[in-house]
Amino acid sequence: MILFLLKAVLILSLGLFFVPKNRKYFFTFSLHLALVVISSFLIFNTFNQVASLKFPFLSLLNNTIYIEIDKLSAFFMLVINFTCLTGIIYAKAYLEPYYKSKSSLEFALHYFSFLWLHIAMLFVVMFRDALAFLIVWEIMALTAFLLVIFENEKKETIKIGIQYLIQMHIAVVFIMIGFIWAYSQTGADFSFDGLSVYFESHNPLPLFLIFFIGFGIKAGFIPLHSWLPHAHPAAPTHVSAVMSGVIIKMGIYGILRVLTYIHHDLFNIGLFILISALVNGLIGVSLAIVQHDIKKLLAYHSIENIGIIGIGIGLGVIGLAINIPALTVLGFAGGIMHILNHSLFKSLLFYTAGAVYTQTHTRNIEELGGLIKKMPKTALFFLIGALAICGLPPFNGFISEFLIYSGMFKALLSGNLQTDILLFFAISGLAIIGGLAIFCFTKVFSIVFLGTPRSDKVTHAKEASTSMILAYALIAITILLIGLLPVLFINPLIDIVSIFTKDTQAIQQAIPTLNSISISSGLFIVLIALFWLVRYWQQKRQNIRKDATWACAYTGANPAIHQYTATSYADNFVQISNQITNVKKEFKNFEEAEIFPKERTFQTHSSDKIEDYLIKTPTTFILNFLQKIGVFQTGKIQHYLLYAFAFIMMIFILTLLNLI
Amino acid sequence: MMSLFFILITAPFFVGIILKVKAKFAARKLPSILQPFYDVARLFKKGAIYSTTTSFIFKIAPLVYFVSVLMAALFIPIGSLKGFLSFNADFVYFAYLLAFGKFMMIIAAMDTGSSFEGMGANREALYSMLIEPAFFILIASLALFTDNNSFYGLFLNLHISTNLSYILGLAAIYVLMYIAMIENSRSPIDDAKTHLELTMVHEVMVLDNSGFDLALIHIATWIKFSIYGTLISNFIIQNEWPLALQIGSFFFVQMAFAGVVGLLESFRARNKLEKNPQWIIMLSAIAIVLFLTTLIITQKIILY
Repeated sequence: MILFLLKAVLILSLGLFFVPKNRKYFFTFSLHLALVVISSFLIFNTFNQVASLKFPFLSLLNNTIYIEIDKLSAFFMLVINFTCLTGIIYAKAYLEPYYKSKSSLEFALHYFSFLWLHIAMLFVVMFRDALAFLIVWEIMALTAFLLVIFENEKKETIKIGIQYLIQMHIAVVFIMIGFIWAYSQTGADFSFDGLSVYFESHNPLPLFLIFFIGFGIKAGFIPLHSWLPHAHPAAPTHVSAVMSGVIIKMGIYGILRVLTYIHHDLFNIGLFILISALVNGLIGVSLAIVQHDIKKLLAYHSIENIGIIGIGIGLGVIGLAINIPALTVLGFAGGIMHILNHSLFKSLLFYTAGAVYTQTHTRNIEELGGLIKKMPKTALFFLIGALAICGLPPFNGFISEFLIYSGMFKALLSGNLQTDILLFFAISGLAIIGGLAIFCFTKVFSIVFLGTPRSDKVTHAKEASTSMILAYALIAITILLIGLLPVLFINPLIDIVSIFTKDTQAIQQAIPTLNSISISSGLFIVLIALFWLVRYWQQKRQNIRKDATWACAYTGANPAIHQYTATSYADNFVQISNQITNVKKEFKNFEEAEIFPKERTFQTHSSDKIEDYLIKTPTTFILNFLQKIGVFQTGKIQHYLLYAFAFIMMIFILTLLNLI
Repeated sequence: MMSLFFILITAPFFVGIILKVKAKFAARKLPSILQPFYDVARLFKKGAIYSTTTSFIFKIAPLVYFVSVLMAALFIPIGSLKGFLSFNADFVYFAYLLAFGKFMMIIAAMDTGSSFEGMGANREALYSMLIEPAFFILIASLALFTDNNSFYGLFLNLHISTNLSYILGLAAIYVLMYIAMIENSRSPIDDAKTHLELTMVHEVMVLDNSGFDLALIHIATWIKFSIYGTLISNFIIQNEWPLALQIGSFFFVQMAFAGVVGLLESFRARNKLEKNPQWIIMLSAIAIVLFLTTLIITQKIILY
């Protein structure tokens, strides 16, 4: 029955091309909803039974392809469903301005790709057969590409889309090599399960590294991240949210799935994951601080959060290797929970940022300001997202970071010197990442929403439409629910973690702690409300006035100019971190004899050094080289005949000399 | 519950003692020790002016800041008196809670659209980011040293007895003291005395707060001082002492800490502003030394 319904959805999706333009949204929404209902049924069943769900789906090249859903898959399906559902709710209002400029076919293709992205991601986590997995993985990359280039009238977007497509295919190559290598070495199944045979008898590190590169490109592990900060801003907002919320998590899924088959020599693997995750977190957030494009900034934060997830997973693997169950359980639990949490607050941040973009038509935060007065609800939800991403209580980001922290502190006591030093780096790394995230989000929130407008683009902004706010609210409620009552989510989490280790005692011990956190957070909110009332009561009898901001009695300030900007806010940090952030300032100094200064400009640029060295330098080198070779292409037939003649002569001479 | 009570009753006198010490060394007439108390009492009787640029953020931020500091005080034990709230890794909650309060104060300062307050907000954000690792490394060393991971367990099992543990205690007190100075924006990072907006950090952030809100911000500063003073006193109080002695030495350490802060403020020049980040990172470096010392004490690094 379920299978029939699932296949029906797949076939009905073609109908999108035949439905009239004004009905397309409704049609695609109902298909998404059907998909969510069907897969939720599967998720529910998986969590309600001990064994994983397995049934045949179709046969491909005489092989029966099974759908196999264990707790890990079910968890990812949940994340995919939630983000895609809020995404499609949000898309209604977001795509309205494009209704006139885009043709019916373009809309059909967009909705079709979005639906198939949803389907492909669900199948990515449901298939174990390598061939089927690679096919749906490819569908996922292609549909995402089609979604990114929605605004195809911009040349830049097409360029970014193609860059994305190329990098995704490099990823596919690595994953494919990984499967083929394992297959050729062992002759076992050409599937994930076949990997276990290889890992049992070989050193797992080399093959793991190949998979890590493949999946790491998707997940945005530095230095493989360079597609991410470009693709996110170019894509429509609901697509960026899904990209950041779930597509990059598919990379994490791949890594986790491969890890489930490795049972020995885990220490180096864990160390490798931990170090790359720490680098990700620190560099990601540092680069985020200097960005002015709000969506690019959020993209760098995705890199940072992949880092936090990686820290959890890396610690979990190290815990397995050196046999500290507390570290394993809490590390994996924190990392996996952060996958869900990140998909929530990051999509919320993207949705609110997208609403700002629709209203002001700019993503440059230097041109914004004072939006809290025009869009109070959007501002409030952005604030919730910002507080959650900084990992502050009582929001959800805190819970996952807390689990990781408590795992680390527990392991500190029972570890040896080596682990203690690793944990030292992990603890201070996570603390610095948290601090930098606060620095970054105080900056973004205040520059975009607070103060006074910095340009007239803000003047016509209006509050986001109801369907957008519905999408915000759905996410915000979940964020608060996880943040205030984390215990509700602990049992499914235990189920997922038990895939990696059977000794889940440490997380059960964490339940009273989480309860205390709920109480503390509740008390926190109650106390704030209480003091609000006290102040209300105190101020009722007093003279409350409204007046201009205090500027040391100087009243001639122009609020649009005499205000802190994003550049000036970040400058303090840039001074101590310019090795990473690579900010260059362009301005002309005053000359000595210049009595009446002329008009001046000041510009700052930042560039991603890793991207420069890894992508830009080699590609420019190759392009230059190819241009030099281009000398031969003269366009004259005589020259080409000469080349042919020279070639024949060369062959002739080489044969004479018995060289070939 | 008892510990909360003691922290709160010492809090109002903290700033008074600092002011008294500073006045003494500046050869000025001594203000009453209750002077800060009178100031705040007067603020509570006043109305308020809100800037037209501000939004609800500005109104809620002082409350969140105050409550976050008050809540933070709930976690702190005194000797063998347990804090009101205590659970595993509660120091993580403590640190992130204080960060939440700061987050709100920073965006409230930015809410006014004043460039002075922007300056202060931005510095506060940077400094509190830089201080974070020092606190966590310090706590990690203590956790390692005492084999415990909650505030209560840490300080209950903290026995300063062997030679190496004296180093640990002294270094920890030094780091904690300067964390307190930075958290409260005191010398050498900031100087509350200078009324030059360009060089101020915390004071300039609250330029636009008035009345009830300003009073809460002042009280939060007292409590913050008292919290860190209590943490320091826990290094000295040993849990096998009788309760009366524990409480007595708590009061003594609190007073001594306030006195030392006053002394430092009187004699130490403030740092050049651009040197501040380096200076704060230095505290993390000391914390790292602390961590290594702990590894030696716990015999994870074995010296021959």
